[in-house]
Amino acid sequence: MNHAAIVARLRAYDPGAILDEREFRGQLSVTVRPESILGVMQFLRDDVELGYQFLENLCAVDYLGREPRFEVVYHLLSFTRRHRLCIKVGLPEQSPAVDSLTGIWPTANYQEREAYDLFGITFVGHPSLERIMMPDDWQGHPLRKDVPLGGEEVAFTFNQARIDARKPYARD
Amino acid sequence: MGLEQKAGDLGIVTTSLETVVNWSRSNAMWPLLFGLACCAIEMMGSQSANYDLSRFGMEINRASPRQADLMIVAGRVSRKMAPVVRRLYDQMSDPKWVIAMGDCAACGGVFNNYAIVQGVDEVIPVDVYVAGCPPRPEALIDGIVQLHAKVHRMKLDGSIRQPVRV
Repeated sequence: MNHAAIVARLRAYDPGAILDEREFRGQLSVTVRPESILGVMQFLRDDVELGYQFLENLCAVDYLGREPRFEVVYHLLSFTRRHRLCIKVGLPEQSPAVDSLTGIWPTANYQEREAYDLFGITFVGHPSLERIMMPDDWQGHPLRKDVPLGGEEVAFTFNQARIDARKPYARD
Repeated sequence: MGLEQKAGDLGIVTTSLETVVNWSRSNAMWPLLFGLACCAIEMMGSQSANYDLSRFGMEINRASPRQADLMIVAGRVSRKMAPVVRRLYDQMSDPKWVIAMGDCAACGGVFNNYAIVQGVDEVIPVDVYVAGCPPRPEALIDGIVQLHAKVHRMKLDGSIRQPVRV
């Protein structure tokens, strides 16, 4: 089954779901409407012809200055057909939210928590959407592109005294 | 060797209490069994046969903070780990000392970002900083010798005797 046939089969299932399809260096990536992600994924997993049983990877990307700003990327693997498929979902800057895939693949649980922790994307229907990497009292989402990069100003001889005065030294 | 000759047949050595206390503290200073990153490998290396930290009475790493005198912060401290480090430090019994081993523990090192504490001295007070990425065992041993020199200068009330500069 070649890439055109995969897209055709997906279109036959839900004609309005596919927004875009690209092929780059032999890998097929399909952009899907966020509202229909749950049905599309269920179809990709359960369809006999396609059979993408395994969610390899779930991650998020921040394209600052572009609309939709965020993108959630799913990499699927079909063991039977030895084929990989990339599914993308674009999400708006204001309150990005998409349906959780934990009902289809339990492995999505931790990866969605990671995307929530670092990018602030809400996964609707997730059983426990909490921070997984940063401390619980952390403010903001550190992998967003508008978060400052450095933790502290780099000290040289001319600014060391100023930094030192501001630094919170611990006491006994 | 020299002690018997000095003491003669009396079997008595006279000294100040301060010296005896500092002598015993510095010669059986047990580190906490605690490594955070790659610096811990060098710390283990300095304790193994080639460098042999037991020459300084430090061959025994205690797995319990209650029994440890010295915390060697070997590696970068992430913001999530910082409360744990502070808690371990608080659980150690007085007197206690801290060596910040390596650039990451001393100032954040190359990790100038949101996740890493920029120097463990933001979390716990540090006595000796050892530079290096990671420091060789010789450097760590030098830091420990420096710390021993500091302990020898301690007064009984805990303050540090400043060295006399001529």
